[in-house]
Amino acid sequence: MDKQDLLADYRTMLLIRSFEEHCQQQYTRARIGGFLHLYVGQEAVAVGAIGALKPQDHLVTHYRDHGHALARGLDPQPLMAELFGRQTGTSKGKGGSMHFADDAKHFWGGYAIVGAHLLLAVGIAYGIQYKREVLGQDDDGVVMCFFGDGATNGGEFYEAISLAALYKLPIVFLCENNEFAMGTPLSVHTAVTEIHKKASPFMPGERINGNDVVEVREKASAAIEHARSGQGPYFIEAMTYRLRGHSAADPQMYRTREDIAARRSNDPIELLKQKLLDEGLLDNKKAKKIESEVEKEVEAAVKFAEESPAPELSEAWDDIYAQPL
Amino acid sequence: MAELNLLEAINQAIDEAMAADERVYIIGEDVGYRGGVFRVTDGLINKYGEKRVIDSPLAESIIVGSSIGAALYGMRPIAEMQFADFIFPAFNQILSEAARMRYRSNNEWNVPMVIRAPYGGGIHGALYHSQSIEAFFTHIPGLKVVAPSTPYDAKALLLASIADPDPVLFLEHKKCYRLIKGYVPDAPYTVRIGEADVVREGDDISVIAYGLMRHYAVEAAETLASEGISVEVVDLRTLTPLDKTTVLNSVKKTGKALIVYEDNEFCGYGAEIAALIAQEAFEYLDGPVQRLGGLDIPAMPYSAPLENEFMPTPQKIADRLRDLAAF
Ligand SMILES: Cc1ncc(C[n+]2csc(CCOP(=O)(O)OP(=O)(O)O)c2C)c(N)n1
Repeated sequence: MDKQDLLADYRTMLLIRSFEEHCQQQYTRARIGGFLHLYVGQEAVAVGAIGALKPQDHLVTHYRDHGHALARGLDPQPLMAELFGRQTGTSKGKGGSMHFADDAKHFWGGYAIVGAHLLLAVGIAYGIQYKREVLGQDDDGVVMCFFGDGATNGGEFYEAISLAALYKLPIVFLCENNEFAMGTPLSVHTAVTEIHKKASPFMPGERINGNDVVEVREKASAAIEHARSGQGPYFIEAMTYRLRGHSAADPQMYRTREDIAARRSNDPIELLKQKLLDEGLLDNKKAKKIESEVEKEVEAAVKFAEESPAPELSEAWDDIYAQPL
Repeated sequence: MAELNLLEAINQAIDEAMAADERVYIIGEDVGYRGGVFRVTDGLINKYGEKRVIDSPLAESIIVGSSIGAALYGMRPIAEMQFADFIFPAFNQILSEAARMRYRSNNEWNVPMVIRAPYGGGIHGALYHSQSIEAFFTHIPGLKVVAPSTPYDAKALLLASIADPDPVLFLEHKKCYRLIKGYVPDAPYTVRIGEADVVREGDDISVIAYGLMRHYAVEAAETLASEGISVEVVDLRTLTPLDKTTVLNSVKKTGKALIVYEDNEFCGYGAEIAALIAQEAFEYLDGPVQRLGGLDIPAMPYSAPLENEFMPTPQKIADRLRDLAAF
């Protein structure tokens, strides 16, 4: 495993947090519309796990994708522009919050139909294996596929783990167990609340502390190595907690303010900050500096989005077939 | 009489059906403690408990599939799709099982189930939260498809759908949920499945629409009235079975027809109406039968101007009506 740069990880986690605070503000001002799903409280999972990927690896995720995109190094400017529905956005304004993507970074995007993307991820892993074994090409890529606990109840989940195991595909399944599928608590939506056990007949796996970026990085690195070395898929269940509503318009009737307050002490950013302070890697002055840098970066993204043009109406007709009909 | 919005009327219908018949239950993602994403099922779990208001696992195939089984066994399930866009994992259950059950069992078995699905655009829902799905389902014999546009019709038609012995797909336009208000009687009343409604009388052109488009059509008709063009608006209310008589009577009277729907225009539901008029009212026509649908692009874009470009709007309807009037 490459050495983990904890300060860089801290910065990325802050970037995600700040990006989303700005998203929330802009949503309140109705400059971002539709549905906005924030990742607040789960940042250590994205930063730890995606940080363990190499450039040749692949990332596929679900609709709660802001954190994953930023952790993979996507530029906040086109992301914010996408949220504003502008031409300069990652989907030229067509997709909005749930479908960020970047081909060059092998970030195959967020998918809004829960469960469906697990099969695509398996297909990409199959493509890697095929390239190697049939086409005789070099490709030692690994796919990492993110999804929530709620997504593990649909048939597609079982189809995906079944095929991945059968063909020993190079894929890491990464379930972010944040204890809720929208407003439905874990114990209400599944009989097997230790999600990794659902996959245990098919592949090795484990439950880890998703709020500890060090642990996530370490376990994800091992899982990726397992997949890369031809041993087949691996399953990680990262325990975490969503501190905000399911979406920006969630009245959160399914939990109390006290429930949420009790979990704030386990905020992954605060935990990492404390660790860095304790280990002398960070002091208050340096912390302030990082915070203000991050804040500036996100403000620049908002400005970029504001100043970007809306798509031309004719663009509605672009990108449907290879040859327009 | 109380003034309700569309979602309150639907809530009332579910509530009354559950109070009247213990076999009725509702199952869907977050229909319980959250009260549904749009709050259509708000308060029902407190009244009827977790056995009858079921926060299901996230899997539309099991929501619909288990409802089919329970309906076969005498229950009256209401299955909620959180958004119509998510119905496709259940498509196989609806097409292959629910709609064919009576036919394959020589009329011994039936599936008295309602699937409720919020559909439609205009809310910046983007590619996966804006879709109109009716054409896929009106293509299936054995299934009924209901698409009311007012609180009055929605309440009565939902009660009729729950009471219906066959499977019904009940489409709720999500932009109408809070936008459209209307009076709903306190006393019981009925609207029958399969009856369209002439919601505005006119002499020059008929507009045939449903859902949000019925409201946009009325708006356009009012604009045209001030220009001296008299437009009749027919709200289909039910898509299967289609009320051919009301459609044909209207077109025979006016001699011109514009069919408006938000779904992709090509092979959309409006094609069926156009074919009906061409076949059965040809000699009454004074102009070509026209359709105005959503764009034939893969999905509704997020960006507001593009979304607006996708949707038929009162202005676009008015423009098409002017052209047709001048024909
Ligand atoms: C097929 C499908 N059904 C329903 C939804 C609506 N929906 C979006 S997210 C969600 C809950 C997902 O929970 P989970 O997988 O645990 O992810 P989390 O939100 O916790 O990150 C639901 C029901 C959807 N997008 N797709």
